[in-house]
Amino acid sequence: MAENIKPLLKAEDVSEVFGGLKAVADFNFYINRGELIGLIGPNGAGKTTIFNLITGVYVPTTGEILLDGESIVGQKPYEITQRGIARTFQNIRLFSELSVLDNVKIAYHCHVKYNLLETVLRMGRYFGEEDEITAESLKLLKIFKLDEHAYEIAKNLPYGAQRRLEIARALAAKPKLLLLDEPAAGMNPQETHELMEMIRWIRKQFGLTVLLIEHDMSLVMGICERIYVLEYGMIIAEGTPAEIQNNPEVIRAYLGTEAVN
Amino acid sequence: MNSVRKRDLVMLIFGLAVYGAIQGMITAGMIGSFWQLNIILICVNVIMAVSLNLINGYTGQFSLGHAGFMAVGAYVGVVATTNFHLPLIAALILGAACAGFLGFCIGLPTLRLRGDYLAIATLGLGEIIRIVIMNIEYVGGAAGFKGIPHLTNFTWVFFAMLFTLFFIKNFVNSSHGRACISIRENEIAAEAMGVNTTKYKVMAFTIGAAFAGIAGGLFAHQFYLISPNSFTFLASFNYLIMVVLGGMGSITGSIAGAFVVTFLSAALASFPEARMIIYALALILLMFYRPQGLFGYMEITNFAPIKKLLDKISGVKGV
Repeated sequence: MAENIKPLLKAEDVSEVFGGLKAVADFNFYINRGELIGLIGPNGAGKTTIFNLITGVYVPTTGEILLDGESIVGQKPYEITQRGIARTFQNIRLFSELSVLDNVKIAYHCHVKYNLLETVLRMGRYFGEEDEITAESLKLLKIFKLDEHAYEIAKNLPYGAQRRLEIARALAAKPKLLLLDEPAAGMNPQETHELMEMIRWIRKQFGLTVLLIEHDMSLVMGICERIYVLEYGMIIAEGTPAEIQNNPEVIRAYLGTEAVN
Repeated sequence: MNSVRKRDLVMLIFGLAVYGAIQGMITAGMIGSFWQLNIILICVNVIMAVSLNLINGYTGQFSLGHAGFMAVGAYVGVVATTNFHLPLIAALILGAACAGFLGFCIGLPTLRLRGDYLAIATLGLGEIIRIVIMNIEYVGGAAGFKGIPHLTNFTWVFFAMLFTLFFIKNFVNSSHGRACISIRENEIAAEAMGVNTTKYKVMAFTIGAAFAGIAGGLFAHQFYLISPNSFTFLASFNYLIMVVLGGMGSITGSIAGAFVVTFLSAALASFPEARMIIYALALILLMFYRPQGLFGYMEITNFAPIKKLLDKISGVKGV
């Protein structure tokens, strides 16, 4: 089914070597437009490294990463964001001293058209665009139930709210592809369930393609359409949640060889 | 939209009122020449502190060479007026352009460094500028540049200061300014949100250097003679103290910091022995009880009563 559609993101034989350590080896995968893909694997399997490769934080040692058929290898992280990939971080990286609203406003940066002169003289497109940014940011915050906290300092938010703010901020960059690095980490089952609904909803609402790393199997199995399983930097399985759950290789990777027998 | 414009207008009128009051007192002869000089120095130091705050406080790049850019602006300015008989405004623009260009050229390589390394590189840079000037015979070398026309007056420095304040206020309250602030907060996240961090670091550095150049030009035309010794790293350090004392990332803070430091050193001028002790004690106490500086990240317009007053005057509820 996938062969005749051009994938949104495609990785071809990507490897990343840190000194003597092969963090990612011959990584091949694709994401079609509109899909919701999960990337799972035991700790240290190289999941976040793959995110860093896609977003340009690392440059792959070998291989090719294509977004819409064009190579993004060697581009700076901000260039890749401007091309339509936004991400959240495993260890929350908010602009912690700034207000919740400002956190989101910053992410509109690559869509701002007014120039330095208009900024300093406060004329031309400045007011129009600033008003638009503020209005859109508040709308986004409302979706994530953060509008009541808009003027609070980001670091004072509860943990779950900080995670939601990270997603809101990533969406403000208006991406085509959203990468979520353990969005449910530290959340309780109730919050995880709400997050699941939210991810589903924003995907439909914003027409997004989503790739997520997650350890919470209820979330991964609940919303992902396809799952890649990574171990020691290599893909050991790929398939629908049902296929993955019964895959002996996956069970071995997570629970050890004895569990398979 | 209108609320922001009206608030700008209110602040501009307030600024003009302050100007009118002080200028009135100077004309009436209520302020002696010693305090006249210090009022001018306060304005120059406000320009220096606010421009350094853009680099250190807002963008989070620790620069220790700000006096170097001031020296460039000062020397370019005095050569322009004394040797080429240009008007002061041209001298200031030339000085700002040269200092800004130098900031740009130096910013590109050095801003790859972080934290302590950047501080040391910019410290060295400020010294290099000073020593290069010291060895140029054309500008008087170590003896200094003599015969500068006294062109600076309160009106010039005050309006240059007002221009600087509005420029930097408008800059930091825009997407460009937010990009700079995001670099301070978290460089990796800023980059992931589409901010070209190198570009904005260099931009902040260039703008900061250019305004230091303006301050240098104004400073130089206040005196008959300037020498490279006015722009040592101790001077850079002094501006840093103003920024830290007022609050990194607050324009109001920088104004307050420049005012307090300049005022303190002027008021203590008659007690030279005690001056440095009191000065140091004041700093220690402040850092002890208020490490974020007098204003922290706050602006005076954020304080509830002043905000209310501003809203009332401008007739619209601001954000």
